[in-house]
Amino acid sequence: MDLAYTPEEEEFRARLREWLAKALPALPPKPSPLDWPGRRAYDLGWQRMLHDAGYAHVHWDASPTTRLIFLEETETAGAPYVGAGFVGLLHAGPTIAAEGTAEQRARWLPPILRGEEVWCQGFSEPDAGSDLASLRTRAHREGDDYVVSGSKIWTSHAEVADWCELLVRTDPAAPKHRGITWLAMPMSAPGVVVRPLRTLAGSAEFAEVFLDEVRVPVANRVGAENDGWRVTMVTLSFERGTAFVGEVVACRRVLGELARTARENGRWDDPVLRRRLGRLNAEFRALWRLTQWNVSEAEASGGVPGVGGSVFKLRYSHARQELYDAAAEVLGAESLDLERSWVLDRLSSLSYTIAAGTSQIQRNIVAERVLGLPKGR
Amino acid sequence: MRFQLTDDQLALREGVRGLLARRFDGAALRAAMDAPGLDRALWRELGAAGFFALRVPEAGGGVGLGLPEAVLVFEEAGRTLLPGPLVATHLAAGVVDGAAEGETVVADVDPGGLVEWLEEADVVRGEAAGAVSLNSVDPLTPLHRVPDPPPAAVDPAAVLLTAAEQLGTATRVCELAVQHARTREQFGQPIGAFQAVKHLCAGMLVRAETARAAVYAAAVTADPVDIAAARLLADEAAERGARDCLQVHGGMGFTWECEVHLHLKRAWVRARRGGGGAESEELLAVDLSA
Repeated sequence: MDLAYTPEEEEFRARLREWLAKALPALPPKPSPLDWPGRRAYDLGWQRMLHDAGYAHVHWDASPTTRLIFLEETETAGAPYVGAGFVGLLHAGPTIAAEGTAEQRARWLPPILRGEEVWCQGFSEPDAGSDLASLRTRAHREGDDYVVSGSKIWTSHAEVADWCELLVRTDPAAPKHRGITWLAMPMSAPGVVVRPLRTLAGSAEFAEVFLDEVRVPVANRVGAENDGWRVTMVTLSFERGTAFVGEVVACRRVLGELARTARENGRWDDPVLRRRLGRLNAEFRALWRLTQWNVSEAEASGGVPGVGGSVFKLRYSHARQELYDAAAEVLGAESLDLERSWVLDRLSSLSYTIAAGTSQIQRNIVAERVLGLPKGR
Repeated sequence: MRFQLTDDQLALREGVRGLLARRFDGAALRAAMDAPGLDRALWRELGAAGFFALRVPEAGGGVGLGLPEAVLVFEEAGRTLLPGPLVATHLAAGVVDGAAEGETVVADVDPGGLVEWLEEADVVRGEAAGAVSLNSVDPLTPLHRVPDPPPAAVDPAAVLLTAAEQLGTATRVCELAVQHARTREQFGQPIGAFQAVKHLCAGMLVRAETARAAVYAAAVTADPVDIAAARLLADEAAERGARDCLQVHGGMGFTWECEVHLHLKRAWVRARRGGGGAESEELLAVDLSA
């Protein structure tokens, strides 16, 4: 057991830190969370800067430890996160890289890395959220096209996306996990209608997408027809792997700010609150160590994220909510003022136990796949 | 960064697990409950295997290993509910004659005011005058209480090794719960097929694995703040894990026959060491605003 980084890893960290110190002051001002076109431009601009500096590939082909260092340093320096590039960089990109043809990789991967194209994720449907495989959006072949009809929901970035990683049902007669196909759908195709959804935090984070006889070339299919479930599992293992590394670093920073605020406003003198913050410090220190453990394990097993991601996600998503509940305790009456910092974050933290597999689904995964308990209900 | 067990560490863990399986199995646990008292022969065997001398330098006649190895060994002790003042004797090795070899049994007066195994100990470190015997909740840990314990700093190594024992308990009770949930049938299927039971077991694993990362990392850094964090996570994983394990066992879990209560009671005893977790919480709070 060792927590020391290799000289190469330390050198990567030092170079990155030096570059961040120069690059970040050159960033334009951050757009409002409600301004989607502004956010798209800002996030893609950042990705372009990373690309030009040679860091664009880090999510894909760097070693897990290097990726960990990248996320730790960028977050510590206050750099933007992947933002609008999230689906392209962390879902669709890795999936195409792993399962796509040479032509598909050449067409879609470079624009993602250069910060030119935005992807969204068309997985969830009104009647197929946690039970993803029961999706009903259907597609049938007509010549060189699939003709797609149905609707998707909770589609992040749909308003500003160029492409959608879309799951469709191509064989309605097959068992539900077998008849699904993974398609790359251009969002500009006739028949695609996007309707933004307003979240409880007040912003339009995601959208409903309606698909009416949309034609998608067969050449846009990644993986075999009806093999989309397996392709999707590849994507989800990426999502549950290192997706939250930067966020743990961010939570530890917020916790430090909470302690400083509590000292300023006198709440620090309350031993119950103080110890609660101490306990949260233990929690996020442990989550950081768990991240390092999972990353080391992935490194040892050739870079494949394992079910450790589910264990992490369960603990982290609840800890994040506890962090912002403690923030409300520190703020007192001001915790009801949307203008105060952390209040919007508290609202958005409510999504963490739901998105990317609810805590209940994650517990089933842990119980069945790690502990070997029987399937059932 | 290779934050994983090395081959040597895996071998050490297997060796200790094998020794304890041979020398302190379920039958030995029952026997210890029926006839309380320290098994001196076992204590000497532990000494001969290097349990106490593990961190004593080779030049001093010890094994010359470090905290990470000690943590793995104490985790195994926790798993099997091995009784005795293990932490106190381990810390006394190289300082108190015979402790390293398992010839001398050492008890410590805990800063929280409790003494474990006072009457069986050959050497007591700390002021134990006026100690009063308690009717200990854990049938395998005799306890005394000291009226006015002198203020003493808690040794971080003692805190960490206790956390390692708690981690062993957290892991073991998760295994016991899963074993039971896979075999016990109700309503025509194993109870582990029910989400209500499944989710209890998943929660136990999540707490144990989070605690494991914290305990192992603290063993590597030996940083008092890391150790304080490890302690809080490990106490939680052991206490809540044992409680949930008892719940999964249902009515059986509430009986003396089922060993689950022993895990819960030992976890409670360990969680009181150093006066409980409040001091660790304060240390971690101060670290935030430092």
